[in-house]
Formats: sequence, C-alpha cells, structure tokens
Amino acid sequence: MVEALEGSQALARAVVLCRPGVVAAYPITPQTHIVENISKLVADGVAKLELVSVESEFSAASVAMGAAAAGSRAYTASASQGILLMAEVLFNIAGLRIPLVMHCANRAIGAPLNIWNDQSDSMAVRDAGWIQIYCADNQEAIDSTVQAYRIAERTELPVMVCVDGFTLTHTLEPLEMPSQEQVDGYLPSYRYARSLNVRHPISQGTLVGPDVFPEARHSHHQALLNSIAEIESANADWAAVSGRDGGGLLTVEGDPDAEIGILAIGSTIGTLAEAMDEYPDRPRVRLIKLRVYRPFPINALREACRGLRKLAVIERAFSAGMGGIVGTEVRASVPGVEVYNYAIGLGGRDIPLGIYPRILDAMETGDTGFRILDVDLSKLPEEDR
Amino acid sequence: MSTETHVDIEQLRRRQPRFQGLESGHRACLGCGEALAARLVLESAGPNVMIANATGCLEVFSTAWPESAWRVPWVHSLFENAAAVAAGMEAALKHQGQSAKVLAFAGDGGTFDIGFQAVSGMLERGHNVLFVCFDNEAYMNTGIQRSGSTPHAAVTTTSPAGRERMGKRHLKKDIVSIIAAHHVPYAATATVAYPSDLRKKVRRAIDVDGPSFLHVHSPCPLGWGHDSEKSIAVSRLAVETGLFPIIELERGELTGAMPIRHPKPVTEYLKLQNRFRHLFADDPRAREELEHLQALADYNIEVYGLLGDGPDPLDTSGIDKVYRGGAKWA
Repeated sequence: MVEALEGSQALARAVVLCRPGVVAAYPITPQTHIVENISKLVADGVAKLELVSVESEFSAASVAMGAAAAGSRAYTASASQGILLMAEVLFNIAGLRIPLVMHCANRAIGAPLNIWNDQSDSMAVRDAGWIQIYCADNQEAIDSTVQAYRIAERTELPVMVCVDGFTLTHTLEPLEMPSQEQVDGYLPSYRYARSLNVRHPISQGTLVGPDVFPEARHSHHQALLNSIAEIESANADWAAVSGRDGGGLLTVEGDPDAEIGILAIGSTIGTLAEAMDEYPDRPRVRLIKLRVYRPFPINALREACRGLRKLAVIERAFSAGMGGIVGTEVRASVPGVEVYNYAIGLGGRDIPLGIYPRILDAMETGDTGFRILDVDLSKLPEEDR
Repeated sequence: MSTETHVDIEQLRRRQPRFQGLESGHRACLGCGEALAARLVLESAGPNVMIANATGCLEVFSTAWPESAWRVPWVHSLFENAAAVAAGMEAALKHQGQSAKVLAFAGDGGTFDIGFQAVSGMLERGHNVLFVCFDNEAYMNTGIQRSGSTPHAAVTTTSPAGRERMGKRHLKKDIVSIIAAHHVPYAATATVAYPSDLRKKVRRAIDVDGPSFLHVHSPCPLGWGHDSEKSIAVSRLAVETGLFPIIELERGELTGAMPIRHPKPVTEYLKLQNRFRHLFADDPRAREELEHLQALADYNIEVYGLLGDGPDPLDTSGIDKVYRGGAKWA
C-alpha cells in the first residue's frame, strides 16, 4: 500500500517490521526522527521491543552490540559526530562479527559545525569492516533495511544503511511499506551461532596475539568479499517478494552505451537522472549508481564501466590533503578509464539540476585533478583560494 | 576438533564444592587481588550469569586466545563500554524472557574514568545488572599509571615522586558515593581480605532486581610494590586504618558499615607498599602527606561511624560481619 510518509517515519516502521528485540536510541540531527518514531511505536504497543534510551552514541552502539551478542536482533542509528563517537565500537562490532544493522543519516562533520547532509561520517568509518549500503531514495532505504538484516545475519557482518540526512530522512513522499507477512516470509527469526548462552558458555573478544591476528583479519576481509553474493541474492529475493528491485551492488541508468559516465552514491543519483531529461541538448551519460560501497564491488564496477572513455565520480565527502575517497578507489579499479573526481553538496549545499552541465563542462577541460566543484572561491580570502 | 565447550552445569556443581566461574591456569600475577576477587564473585554468583568485561588485566590474563579461564558466558568489547554492553545483554535477555543475571566487570579505569559515563547511564536506566569494579587504584595493565582512583600521594609512573612532587596530587574519587547518588537499590564496598563478606554482598546484589554495584578493593602487588603473599594483609589494613571503609548503601542511604574497634594508624598500611615509600623519607613534605592521609582515614571513620557503639563484638578483627547502621547515618 502506498502511503505518504516522511523518510524517517518509513525507516522506523521498516525497522519494526524486522522485529528487533532491542533498539538503542540516542538523538542526533538528522537521525533523531527515526528513533523518535520507533519510540512512539513502542509507546503505542505496536512494536514489542526493549527500547534503551542511552546516554551517548558510544553506548548506543555498545548496547546494540551486547544485545546482538546475547541473542536478540538489535538496531541503532546515528549520524555525523555520533558516528565518530561510536567509531571505536563500530570497529569492535565488525571484528567480533556481530550481525547488527544501523542507519547512518548522513551529515557533515564539524568543525565548522554543520547539521546538513554530506557523507563525511560514513566515509570516515569505511574501514571499520561493516557492509555499507547507500540509498538513492526512501523506497530503496526501506527495502535495504529489510535486506540488511538478512545479509547481516547470514554473513555475520554488521550492515550500515546510509541515507542522506534531510534529503531523504526529512522528505515526505509516497512510499510503499512492505507488509508484516512479506517481511516475516523473507527474514527468518534472529539466529546468531555464537550467542551468549549460560548452557554453553563461550568467551568472546579474547586477546589475540601476532600468531593469529593476521589470520583473523584475513578471514574478516574474506567474509566481506564473500558477502557480495549474499548482498545480490538478498536483493533478488526481496525483489521477488516485494516486486521492487533497488539494485544489487550497483545499477546503470541513463544511456548504457555512452562513452561518458557519471558515478554517484546516495540521493545525488536522482538529481542527475532528472537533470539528463532537463538538459536534452546535452548528451546523456551512463549513470552508475553505486549502492554497495563496502565490500567494494570491483568486478561489477568494471563490468559497468566497460567501453567507457571518461567517468566522473561525484561524491559528498573527501579526504582533505588527498582528494576524493570513492573517486580514488574507482580510479584504481578501472585502469582504462579517464576518471574525473568532484565533491559536491558538502554540508548540505544544494545540488541543483544545473550541476549536470557543470560536471560535463568540467570533464571537457581534461583536468582530472580532484576539486570541490560547487565551491565559490569569491567567498574566500585570496590566500585560501 | 570442536572448540565449543559444553558444560553440564548440574554435573559441575556436584563435582566442585564451589562453582568456579574463573578457573585456575590463567596468567594473573602471583598475589593478584583482582583475580582472587573475580573468582570469589563468581563462586557466589554461580553459573546462571553472563559477563561483559572491560579491557584490562582481568580480560588479558584470563583469555589469551585460544585459552579461556571463564566457565560462564563472557564477552569483552572495549575499555569504556562494559556497562553499556551489559545493558544491551540485559535488555536482550529481558526480551527473550531469560533469567540469567548480567554482570559487568571493570577495573578502576573502566569505572572511575573512561567507563564512567556508561556506568552512570546504565544505573540511571535501571538495568538489572551487577557492576563490579575491581579497584587496584591505577592503570595496571598499561604499567601503573595514575587513575581517578589512585590514592592521594601514591606514586605511579604518571604521578612519580620527585623534587617538586610527592606522588599523586589529587584525591581518590569517592566513587561509591557517586554511585549511591543514582539511588540504586544496592551498592557496597568489599575487599578480598573479607571473603565471606564479599560473597554475601554478591548474593545480595544478584538478588536485587535492578542495578547494583560492588566496589572491591583489589591489591596489585606489582603496582603497589608489596610482597605477593601480603595481598590479603594489605587489603585488610586498608580497612582497619579507615582508608577503605566497608559499607552498604540502599537507595542512596547508608545501611551498613563494618566497624573498626581499634583503628590502626595509616602508616601500618602505607609502609608495606613501595608506592608510599617516599612518605617515609626524612622530609617535612612527607610528614605533611602522612598527616593528610591520616586525616582522610579519620574522616572516613567519623563519616561512616566506623568505631561502632553497639554491643556487637564482631568487627574487622572479628571479621566478616557487616555491622548494620553507621553511627552518623543511623
């Protein structure tokens, strides 16, 4: 059934449909509406779960981790500074191979303080060992949430579902909520082989020395690489259940035969797709929507880039002193393609449809160096330009 | 070969006179107060518990992979989140309708300092968790650095004595009062020198349906600089001098204190430990610090009414009796 829902409200309902036993809640803009909505569903008796309103994001991640380790499906959500505060726990959860799901309502990181959208937060923890899924729209975010639990529990890897703050979380739009029957049929009840159990005591999180540490790291890396198949099947099976296919690892839109491509992640994709129609006198490009960023889908990416001459990688974060994060990895993955790399929309700067011709024009220059495409240098003193 | 350990708890109970949640064979130092305290806590807690353990000596010496000394479900996540992980475990068990009690184990660093926020949050939210702080009064796992729990004037590697300093310049944080201010159902102090008192308090804390807190004085021969065989004697003297009062608090009110009929001078306690050796130099500053420490002990004796005034003959030399009702608070 299609309903008009705010993104956060829909995500809260999607989480509850997955029947988590424990939800750890802590507010941070622009994530707050998600845990507010879950809290209301608990208060109304719709959601039968233990709601733990913690005192920090550090504890939010820790509570969710403890709950999942003790045998309950668990959930938390955060953004920005909160993601950084829980960063240590995020690495720990992944290293322990705890199957958790969280939302990151993508937001910039201060200073300067900024509550609006970019993806500096989730990009900063890309090495934490989590699966990262970036959603282009709220329908995809709902569907990815359900899929995330199946992926996490089958792979024993935590999954971070990234949704652009405000752009998605605070946008009201017609959305199709899955039914409880659909979710229950797709997602079996929580099972974690190493759950803590007084009948079969195990020790988790032990001290591991140099004799086996590299092997532990290798198996984690391998698990992430192997999760590719699970992510694809989770998407395909959900598509069969729901009739909606958000794309497995990545999808190609626009002109699939174009020699010029643009790759983006998150909600920017929708803007670019619409812009192609808005500027009919400009060439249509091959638009690559990278949905899964960790594990990095290198084979699917090479396939999607086959025959491409030029590719612009558009991202909403960058590594200061180096350049693009996604762009650098893409460039290393598709050696035959001339890769251009731009950051746009940092700290919530609006991404207008006119960004499309600007990207194409920038690619015409032949300068493949990274830059913030929508920067206005006139706002800066001469020496900072 | 399967690495999974199956424990028939009933059979184990029959075989052992007391349940051994922390088995022998771990790598703790000789005379380690923390290892002894953890074993005593689990003897009383029994097998129907799960532990969230903070990073520290206890975690390191008990679980060097692939070995583990724990016979109860045990998880170590990080240094500062034992209370939060325990809260999550408790919430999960509650949702599942399970009865196991969740324990959180941490040292003084993981309780007084880096883990404090998570402890406070867990208590405030009323989780059914017993938090045990094994207090050895410094960061011992990293090599004896001062913590919020290190006593005034004690020497650590980051509070050394020298021409300008007489060890730690600040006071030991009064953690149990801070915990009690959360109005938790039960909080108590204990030491390895009075095992049956400790056992009784563990049972009491386990039976509480809600947050409870045990603060266990746990000597560290290496960090404190005393002979390994003196751990019990040292811990007993901490009580007998008044420096570490043995008390119980319910809903924030003092309800019990172990009396000291004949308080010993603090020097009896201090002189056994190298961390206080500089206080016995012929130096006016050293004498001043000794007076300061004696004043702290005298303050405890007065505030908690440790001299006792009832007819009960049991006290710290009679051992193991919790005297109910401090004089001042009664």
